[in-house]
Amino acid sequence: MAEHALVTEGLTKAFGGFTAVRGVDFVVRRHAIHALIGPNGAGKTTFFNLLTKVHTPTGGRILYEGTDITHESSAAIARRGIVRSFQISATFPHMSVRDNVRVALQRRLGTQYWFWRSIRSLSVLDDRAMALLTDVGLADYAETNAADLSYGRKRTLEIATTLALDPPLLLLDEPTQGMALDDVDRIKRLIRRIAVGRTILMVEHNMSVVADLCDTITVLQRGEILAEGSYEAVSADPGVKAAYLGGGHA
Amino acid sequence: MSNTVKIFLVLIGLALVVPFVPGLIYPVFVMKVMCYGLFACAFNLLLGFTGLVSFAHAAFLGSAGYVTGALMIRFGNHPLGMPAAFGAGVAAAALVGFAIGGLAIRRRGIYFAMITLALSQIVYFLAVQIRWTGGEDGLQGIPRGSLFGLDLSSDTVMYYVTLALFAAGFLFVDRVVHSPFGQILQAVRDNEARATSLGYDTDRFKLLAFVISAAIAGYAGAMKALVFQLVSLNDVSLHTSTEVVLMTLLGGVGTIFGPLLGAGLVVGLQNYLATIGDLVTVVIGLIFIVCVSFFRRGIVGEFLHLRRRRAERGKTRPVLTATRAEAPAVEAA
Ligand SMILES: Nc1ncnc2c1ncn2[C@@H]1O[C@H](COP(=O)(O)OP(=O)(O)O)[C@@H](O)[C@H]1O
Ligand SMILES: [Mg+2]
Repeated sequence: MAEHALVTEGLTKAFGGFTAVRGVDFVVRRHAIHALIGPNGAGKTTFFNLLTKVHTPTGGRILYEGTDITHESSAAIARRGIVRSFQISATFPHMSVRDNVRVALQRRLGTQYWFWRSIRSLSVLDDRAMALLTDVGLADYAETNAADLSYGRKRTLEIATTLALDPPLLLLDEPTQGMALDDVDRIKRLIRRIAVGRTILMVEHNMSVVADLCDTITVLQRGEILAEGSYEAVSADPGVKAAYLGGGHA
Repeated sequence: MSNTVKIFLVLIGLALVVPFVPGLIYPVFVMKVMCYGLFACAFNLLLGFTGLVSFAHAAFLGSAGYVTGALMIRFGNHPLGMPAAFGAGVAAAALVGFAIGGLAIRRRGIYFAMITLALSQIVYFLAVQIRWTGGEDGLQGIPRGSLFGLDLSSDTVMYYVTLALFAAGFLFVDRVVHSPFGQILQAVRDNEARATSLGYDTDRFKLLAFVISAAIAGYAGAMKALVFQLVSLNDVSLHTSTEVVLMTLLGGVGTIFGPLLGAGLVVGLQNYLATIGDLVTVVIGLIFIVCVSFFRRGIVGEFLHLRRRRAERGKTRPVLTATRAEAPAVEAA
């Protein structure tokens, strides 16, 4: 096994003339909870989009467990075990909460192309789906359409769906953004619990969440790494202070 | 029994007695509705359950018709001529679907639709140019042959065979929608980026859906060629491709029975208003405008929406909880 779950070397993305991510050398230790922070527009979401091939890098390499995945497709990367959540909550709105989770579970079943079989063949996944929903506290909403959930619950559902794939590496893009305080606490506890035996890389603006959860923090500014280290080290960094005072609250 | 099955059985029951009441409704008319209804169901599989707009569906309907018709003209006397020609027609449509879908699937939204349109024009061009399609004349006097020893030249026999073919095709579409594959299609329609991030190669799902849809459109086309013993350029024309959009939207996109109702309405109007000539197009156009302005979900879609709304309002009353629990199934119908 490689020493690090994820490594990027000189990762770069230019949109036309504008470079959103510039030569990022970055390492995530296995089983770490690693935070990626930085002012708005720093390139955090773009960085995630590069890791999951929503965007193709214009330079550099991405290694997952020592394997170069720079040229793999989005879906192939997900099948390797790198699964992300989105900054804007991503559910299947017209499907029930249970079916949302079941869609993720279905991949393991290997019947995703079976158009001749009855949908009832998927009911073998119901127990597992309900267990996951119970785990995140959504069991009561199993039959609700995802579109009808509150914002906080949509994001929780997204995490449950992500967990259904049991991914070794989770990428969470601002999991607590726009949430009420209760919800933030719930998500925080959830992340701590699911982090066991997994690697988590998360973009997070809520510093209390970062301080409580994350062992390593990387600060991104204008597409480049500004500082890296523990919460204490990073928050004491003069460059980071300047960036945050100048760049508005992160 | 689900609502879908109940409604389906009622429809089939009604269709079974049609040949006994020729004064009330013509069997030929019902056969036409079945052909176009299945055609619209095929289209709806893409638009309603996958989220793809295709303007190429006439190319599938027509190419299957031409292949089935041409083979029947040559081998119609053979005892296995009809099933072989029918199967070849469906296969041809699937192949054309694979070619068109394969080229278009990487494009999104309107670009996808425009590519299907451009490629279907090539099929039309080929139908005009190739000799065995009969050019402007099309294929006429296609023999119906026989199936399992039943002589299909009898209109009544043909009627029941068409009904059986229609029922099988319709149930197949329903199965695809309610299959493990259909579940992923719905996910792709709802949120493609999320489906990708869960590890699904969404383009492959869309392409398979496209090919299945093309094959069913071809199935309807082969049926139609046998029923009317005629295939013409109209079957591969853009006009037919847009007509199926209209039928589907009118009846209710993404509903199981909407496309059938839409097809029945459009075919009915064309038949009963035939005396006013080209004005039929205007009348149908007006109905369409009214529909998209006031019944955006289509007739069946609005009906289901209303029922669900009413069920939800009754949610607080415990007596009605059973009704509400059924609501998702109704939606799926
Ligand atoms: N698809 C895109 N095309 C052009 N510019 C983009 C695109 N995506 C992001 N950007 C730009 O890249 C920069 C970084 O954006 P983003 O990664 O979303 O920042 P963050 O998530 O850190 O707030 C922003 O200036 C943004 O406008
Ligand atoms: Mg962002």
